[in-house]
Amino acid sequence: MQNSYDQVASDLFRPVRVNKGHIIWMGFLTVALFLCLYAYSIQLRTGLGVAGIRDYVSWGMYIANFVFFVASSLIGMLMSAVLGLIGMKWIRPLTRIAEIIALAFAAVAGLVIISDMGRPERLPYLFLHGRIQSPILWDVTVVTTYVLISALLLYLPLIPDLAIGKKILTKPKFLVKVYEILSVKWRGTSAQWEIIHRSMRILLILIIPVALAIHTVTSWLFASTPRVGWNSTIFGPYFVSGAFVAGIASVIIAMYFFRKNYKLEKYITEMHFDNMARLLVLVSLVYLYFNINEFLVPGYKLEQGDAIHLQDIFVGHNAALFWFAQLFGIIIPIVLLLFKQMRKPFPMLILAILIFFASWIKRYIIVVPTQEHPFLPIQHVPSSFLIYKPTLIETAITIASFLLVLIIITVLSKLFPVIPVWEMQEEAELKEKGGQP
Amino acid sequence: MEEKHKPQEDHHEQDKKQSRRKFIRDVSIIAGGAVAGGAAMYAGMHYEDSKLPSGERLKLLAADGKLLEVDAHHVAEAHLPESELFIEQGREGLPGHKWVMVVDLAKCRNARKCIDACQSAHHLRPEQYHINTLQMKESKNTAPYNMPKPCQHCDNPPCVSVCPVDATFKRGDGPVLIDNERCIGCRFCIAACPYSARVFQWFEPPMADEDKDLTYNVELNVPQKKGTITKCLFSADRLREGKLPYCVSACPNGVYWFGDEMEDAVTNGTTKETVKFSDLLEQNAGYQLMPELGTKPRVYYLPPKNRLFPFEDGNQEEQKG
Repeated sequence: MQNSYDQVASDLFRPVRVNKGHIIWMGFLTVALFLCLYAYSIQLRTGLGVAGIRDYVSWGMYIANFVFFVASSLIGMLMSAVLGLIGMKWIRPLTRIAEIIALAFAAVAGLVIISDMGRPERLPYLFLHGRIQSPILWDVTVVTTYVLISALLLYLPLIPDLAIGKKILTKPKFLVKVYEILSVKWRGTSAQWEIIHRSMRILLILIIPVALAIHTVTSWLFASTPRVGWNSTIFGPYFVSGAFVAGIASVIIAMYFFRKNYKLEKYITEMHFDNMARLLVLVSLVYLYFNINEFLVPGYKLEQGDAIHLQDIFVGHNAALFWFAQLFGIIIPIVLLLFKQMRKPFPMLILAILIFFASWIKRYIIVVPTQEHPFLPIQHVPSSFLIYKPTLIETAITIASFLLVLIIITVLSKLFPVIPVWEMQEEAELKEKGGQP
Repeated sequence: MEEKHKPQEDHHEQDKKQSRRKFIRDVSIIAGGAVAGGAAMYAGMHYEDSKLPSGERLKLLAADGKLLEVDAHHVAEAHLPESELFIEQGREGLPGHKWVMVVDLAKCRNARKCIDACQSAHHLRPEQYHINTLQMKESKNTAPYNMPKPCQHCDNPPCVSVCPVDATFKRGDGPVLIDNERCIGCRFCIAACPYSARVFQWFEPPMADEDKDLTYNVELNVPQKKGTITKCLFSADRLREGKLPYCVSACPNGVYWFGDEMEDAVTNGTTKETVKFSDLLEQNAGYQLMPELGTKPRVYYLPPKNRLFPFEDGNQEEQKG
């Protein structure tokens, strides 16, 4: 029994070391990030006009990207809280991965929104002169809360692992020191376990309404305006269900790479991919249902504004993006994942990457086309005002946000075991007990 | 070798410097003390003088409405710094008024003089419109017409509701203004406005250099500021002077009527004729733009009936030219 215990710990702590490949990867990310930050410095000097946004389409890629980031961060809540609280045991090796992804996306979402501000240095005005009537204030409040709770949900179950780690790890020295400090004198007494279990339970319950709030409020940034295409009562649940699709895709991609690079095949098994596939189909079906509502109902009535909007996205100049998002983001995955062969790791990785892109494009389709056809005609302005075309600079700034997410995920997954060690040890123990009754 | 010598030299140099410094310091203390003492004596004498009453008493009304009496000798004009004054009066508005605009679509021939006057008053680029004249055609068989479109200065403005920092605000006398020293540039108001009335400063404003010494006047929104919103203000600065808005005065064709709903009177910017606001709307079937959105606009339109000019599509001409 002692043996399998140690085996688990040494398996899971093996990736916690810096190697050559890791240094090259981090170096690449950092250099790329600085290149992209140079693009932001141009924007700061010249003005937001270096992006393709103009007076009519004034929210472009940045806002679409913000919505996507908030969406992707919801996965932490779905995996740990919803599935965890209803007693799904198979998610245990995946919860930390989901939590890291949630934290990274939520934290960077705040920066993404700053890149969209015309006067970023006036950010403190939100607190000095904030008006509670504005949905932006609600968004700032709940996103900050979500980042905090997500950080706690990542940290608390890490404490017992840190205590294990400080005994196993010998180098680098600073990391051992970090483990020592962060493990807050954990000895694993029953009183300590009691505290962790109770606070985890409170946080897991608390994070459900907060997560629902962050994405519902984000949807209200649009639904609270009278604009065609945004003026919808189902935007909240439509966004939340779409968020789960995007988040699951992120987790599947991360699962695949951690499993392969960190040699975790024993812990992240084909069963996990199979279950994630089923979960993906479930949330995709819910999302499909909201899509049908969102497009079929106005499409049946064809009020003047809706008719123009739907024509644009169904057959107009935004149609290619729209159908790419709908087909690869919802319909094709649902159909393909009915087949068992498609629920294997590699086909799932390909599907997840497609869904990830499609989900991003879907946010773009939600944000941009509505602004291209306002109630009154767009006249007497340069042709660049009529149709939004993202520029290289804003693309670079958007890429910077993804690089930042990758850096956060890479650093966290290198400093700490990506699979909860004590939970795996518990499972190993149970298995052995069951094995020799 | 040289390096060894250096510190000593430095030391020497420092000593010299220090004594020089000490001397300067001592002298300046003495000089400063003398000047301060003299000034104090002079001020003291002056103060004694000023205590002598002039005999004349003045009655003054304090800001809280209290009646005060002071010696005339002590009365001096109070000055708010111009920057604070502009913001304070700009946010308060002109109590006792409710400004309205009536646009007579039958008279508009898309001369675009209103636009020129507005853009030069507010230091805008040619493609930045506080007011724009649109060529409208509602459906296949309805007749096209020209429609000047300023901000509608809604009484229930969606842009004000969504502003996170109280940068755009609704004034008691009607106008919706923007304070570009408060605006954070989130552009939520652009997204929320159904009339596309708002404009953003995507780059450094065209007259940034010329305007850099001006005090910001929120009622004129000049100087314009990069990274903030700019919009139609109902020419709040002109209203304060008792004048008609820039666009209204500039129109050669009598399109605009502007006035005060409280007085039930509007004046034509071209003919200077004043009529009853309610009669004008009643006799000409006045209406509002998209009132179904619940925005309660303060701009009214008179339908393009018995038009004075044939319709020419300004957009097509623009494309040809």
